[in-house]
Amino acid sequence: MQYMLLIYQPLDTPRDPDVYAAYMAYTTELRESGAMVAGDGLEGLDAATTVRVRNAETLVSDGPFAETKEMLAGYYLVDVPDLDAALKWAAKIPAAEFGSIEVRPVMVYEPA
Amino acid sequence: MLDEAVSRAFREEGPAILATLIRQVGDFSLAEDALQDAFAAAVVAWPRDGVPASPGAWITTTARRKAIDRLRRERGLADRIERLAVLAARDTATAADEEENDEMPVEDAIADDRLRLLFTCCHPALALEARVALTVKSLGGLTTAEVARAFLVSEPAMYQRLTRAKRKIAAAGIPYRVPPLDELPERRDGVLAVIYLVFNEGYAASAGDRLVRGELCGEAIRLGRLLANLLPGDPEVLALLALMLLQDARRGARVDEHGGYVALDRQDRALWDRGRIAEGTHALDQAIAQRAGGAAGAYALQAAIAALHATATDAATTDWVEIAALYAALDRRSPSPVIRINRAAALAFAGAPEAGLELVGPLLQDPRLDGYVPLHATHAELLRRTGAATAATAAYDRAIAATANAVERAELQRRRAAV
Repeated sequence: MQYMLLIYQPLDTPRDPDVYAAYMAYTTELRESGAMVAGDGLEGLDAATTVRVRNAETLVSDGPFAETKEMLAGYYLVDVPDLDAALKWAAKIPAAEFGSIEVRPVMVYEPA
Repeated sequence: MLDEAVSRAFREEGPAILATLIRQVGDFSLAEDALQDAFAAAVVAWPRDGVPASPGAWITTTARRKAIDRLRRERGLADRIERLAVLAARDTATAADEEENDEMPVEDAIADDRLRLLFTCCHPALALEARVALTVKSLGGLTTAEVARAFLVSEPAMYQRLTRAKRKIAAAGIPYRVPPLDELPERRDGVLAVIYLVFNEGYAASAGDRLVRGELCGEAIRLGRLLANLLPGDPEVLALLALMLLQDARRGARVDEHGGYVALDRQDRALWDRGRIAEGTHALDQAIAQRAGGAAGAYALQAAIAALHATATDAATTDWVEIAALYAALDRRSPSPVIRINRAAALAFAGAPEAGLELVGPLLQDPRLDGYVPLHATHAELLRRTGAATAATAAYDRAIAATANAVERAELQRRRAAV
């Protein structure tokens, strides 16, 4: 099964070289286990733009779609046998120690 | 007579059959539906053909065929076709064996399946209330209506809670298995916590709903026994079983004829269930023997306290010194004001009220415990025993002001008058 590990962390999290190194090590371990499908970090909310289309009109605005104290800071997409395996990988993400990781199964589309 | 055979099979064998079916069909809800179908078929077939020699095997085979029927109707989904092929192969291969009742390997497989089901129902990815309800429903053989009544929610609400939990198990990919050894202790603790919660739901029941909710105590003890059989030699499992048995032994004496709560020292000990006490102390002895010198767990310490109460002839001859020491050990293990208050109360009875006062001193400074009746009641009792009558009366006044319970207020006023 594929799971999306969504990394949420406080808005004011400073960049930390130790955390960066921990992410490098984590990504290598995940890749070598064969479970990694994809993964990236995201630029901060000051680089975010929100798009809506209403009545065929495209509305573009600066910033995130909702104000929150935590932001989506990155993700990993993993392919593992079950939820327990996904939770184990989620717990190893460096941000799990100061933010939170939301684990969501990827929807499977079945032929009609 | 026949209805009785079907309902007995449902109660006694339903949970074990369900556990096996879930593994075989790979889907909680499908297994439940197929099991319902099979019992419906039994209601028709058994009066006509007679009750089969092994009702459980008959239900299992029929339910598996019903699952195949249900899967066929929903054909078109790739993974279901695969499941169907596996099931159909199993059906031709093992139906004969199962009906012929070959004993040992089947028994073992059923035990493993029930353990799988228990760990799945208690998975931490499910909401706690869902874990508790799903465990009672799936392993206890209660109907949804019975579970709803026991947890004081409407039947549709309970149905929804259970359905949502089963949907999450399927959609989130919660595995149907006993956790591997490195995860087992932590997950076992989670299962024990759910079982003890089931017990306390029943134990804390007020007079009005004592009958329905009290059943939960029996269910929790049954689950504790089941787990003790499935994980033999696990001291914490035995300790929890002991704790529940020893507490349950006092259940009949905890409430008076008017439905009021009766404190431990005023209970009629003739009403205590001697059978439960004997079984509980035996389980505790086993737990201590299994522990073999290691540090006692939280359930073992609580069970040891309950055992000292249960085996004493009255409050006066209870070994309060030992009880205070056990509370101290419990407080070191998981520090909590509630445990410290209990320890102070034990010190009062042990003839060491000064030591008890030293313990409650810091707690009285904590604003969060301002309205906590047991703190002020214990404080008052400690003061009374040191001869500080005026201070004791004032402490009783604080306890009386804090209580919202009429029975408790009457008891506190009685003690205040006796200072």
